[in-house]
Amino acid sequence: MPGSSLKLGAAPANPAPHTGFGAPGAVSAGPSTTAPAAESQPWVEKYRPAKVEDVVHQQQVVDALKSAVQGKDLPHMLFYGPPGTGKTTTALAITGQLFGPELRKQRVLELNASDERGIQVVREKIKSFASLAVGSGVAGYPCPPFKVIILDESDFMTKDAQNALRRIIEQYSKTTRFIFCCNYITRIIEPLTSRCAKFRFKPVVLESLTERIEHICGREGVTLEAGALAALATVAGGDMRRAISLLQSTARFNSNVIGAEALYEAAGVVPNSEIEDLLGVCRSGGFSDVERRVREMVCDSYPVAQILLQFQEAVVRAEGVEDLKKAEVCQKLASVDAAVQAGANEELQLLDALGFAHKVFSSA
Amino acid sequence: MSLWVDKHRPRCLDQLRVHSKPARQLQKLLAGGDCPHLLFYGPSGAGKKTLCLASLRELFGPSVEKLRTEQKTWQIQLPSRKIEVELATVSSNYHLEVSPADAGRRDVHVVQEIIKEMAKTRSSTSVFQQQQQQQEQEASLVKPAKCAYKVLVINQVDKLSSHAQHALRRTLEKYSATCRVIFTCTNLSKVMGPVRSRCVCVRVKAPSTEEISELVSEVAGKERKEVPRGLANKIAASSERSMRRALLMLETASLGKLDESQELQLPDWELFIKDVAQEILREQTPKNLYLVRGKLYELLVNCVPADTIFCKLVHELLRKVDDTIKYDIVSTAATFEHRMRLGTKPIFHLEAFVAKTMSIYKEWSISNFG
Repeated sequence: MPGSSLKLGAAPANPAPHTGFGAPGAVSAGPSTTAPAAESQPWVEKYRPAKVEDVVHQQQVVDALKSAVQGKDLPHMLFYGPPGTGKTTTALAITGQLFGPELRKQRVLELNASDERGIQVVREKIKSFASLAVGSGVAGYPCPPFKVIILDESDFMTKDAQNALRRIIEQYSKTTRFIFCCNYITRIIEPLTSRCAKFRFKPVVLESLTERIEHICGREGVTLEAGALAALATVAGGDMRRAISLLQSTARFNSNVIGAEALYEAAGVVPNSEIEDLLGVCRSGGFSDVERRVREMVCDSYPVAQILLQFQEAVVRAEGVEDLKKAEVCQKLASVDAAVQAGANEELQLLDALGFAHKVFSSA
Repeated sequence: MSLWVDKHRPRCLDQLRVHSKPARQLQKLLAGGDCPHLLFYGPSGAGKKTLCLASLRELFGPSVEKLRTEQKTWQIQLPSRKIEVELATVSSNYHLEVSPADAGRRDVHVVQEIIKEMAKTRSSTSVFQQQQQQQEQEASLVKPAKCAYKVLVINQVDKLSSHAQHALRRTLEKYSATCRVIFTCTNLSKVMGPVRSRCVCVRVKAPSTEEISELVSEVAGKERKEVPRGLANKIAASSERSMRRALLMLETASLGKLDESQELQLPDWELFIKDVAQEILREQTPKNLYLVRGKLYELLVNCVPADTIFCKLVHELLRKVDDTIKYDIVSTAATFEHRMRLGTKPIFHLEAFVAKTMSIYKEWSISNFG
């Protein structure tokens, strides 16, 4: 198999084993390694907490893992929750704290959606790693006598592969612990969830987000204008990774002083004036005006899903419209959104949604 | 001899006239020789590719324009079987361009194996070339290639399946030291959040009609032709805000005499669709439906994408029918186009749309004129 994806980090083919650990950007590139590795490193990786205690806003999880960090026994674990809430970070942090950067390469196997994880891989790669005996520990770290297998994004594993894991988990539980990370717990089969301790990760709220963002801004020399923080929190919607990477790309693309406008633009949010205008046209214009505006919006390359989202908010807020009409329009918006996600033509769908809104609003 | 579209494509970021704001920002971004993952999104003919190529040139200097086109076959060893994937690639010493969506359902393997492989290794030629160039630099003043990573240009990322996009997530993070990715897509809604959040997203607006008309005159000037103001405006108006379309129309028009009265030559499939629309409104009978069906088949056989047919047809119909039934037609089209995506045979859904439209129109004309 070309590029065997056993991520033990030691393989020289892997340029940066895990940027959160070990030397960041240890590049095995050619002779001229002039790339400013530390500088170009994504902030998401650079500021990924290395200790479980540093993971923000997941107090319950952190408390539960305290004894495990000191080297006592670790259960099989299942982390679930929306993206950007710290699941992978916690999994990486705990293995880092248990084994230290060196031993970690031997004791931890990380597999995610970028690796083939069919039933064959489970049978061969995971099983062979799980059945390895553990060696002695290193000084300075607790080094409990087991290995850890992290299965990231495990809701994307096939049912067959998950089933194959059932027995493996039990068979090798003396020497191996599993950590599953996923967004949707419903996509993990029941026999697996019942074998694990489940931890739910909550969306990060504004206060916790603020703390971390301000820390990063201080370190990177970025200044946020008034209102920018609130804008960031709104756009991120509880997703820490999205907040940080948005901050970074905005800072790089503009200047180190960031306003709310720049953040909205970078996040692909449609300006409110445009949305208000759309609503105005739907309420008092003719059908051909609606048609013209749709054409313009598509040409200005605003993402249609985003337009629908913001238009829905505008409709709900709109004054002087009966509630029943609002409800009708919202229902239509929902079905159009589903169609767009399924891959239908965006322009037609948007025209359909706004045409419907126009029809409803203009009827007596 | 190349087409005017390619010949007059701006090569450098500072030559760009239409997207001067993103171009300036890109220039600043790339000035340090560092390039984050980029994602350009916008309608076709807006200038995504131009921005992408200009950025590459900004990074690597003019030698990035020496391109090789290859049709490569990859053998991928899956745990259970071996598959072959064929992909067209365009590459220079510094970058490689692929459209993994061309691999259809196998795109996930392309991402997992081929792209990951490309991302984590540096091709030996690029190392060699770089050494060579460094020597050249010492002798002369060639614009230096500033970076030690290569760039992967992935087209149509919105066409990738969700599994393939998932597979991209970690690849983007892990190999960022050796490889940067530039994505282009038309439909940002279909690129999943985790991929989007790892890139700097650049919105590429379609140029306005005024900008197009100005550039049309300018390009004509470079070709030593005189384009009257009126004709330039006419081209811009029927260009649908696509620069590519405008320049192709200009080139076609320049074969004749360039004056204001010249009729613009539209692509014949568009004329054909106009004809279909007319046919639908002329007579609403099963016999005519059968006739229209033949025409639709002809369009499909000539590789006009079915969703383009839907869009154009709706557009043409809306220009001709009464306001009261416009919404019904749009709604019908949206429904059937959506169903077409879920199904496999476009003709069923196109024909269903035509039949329904005929019925809507007939009902309206009976209730109005008896």
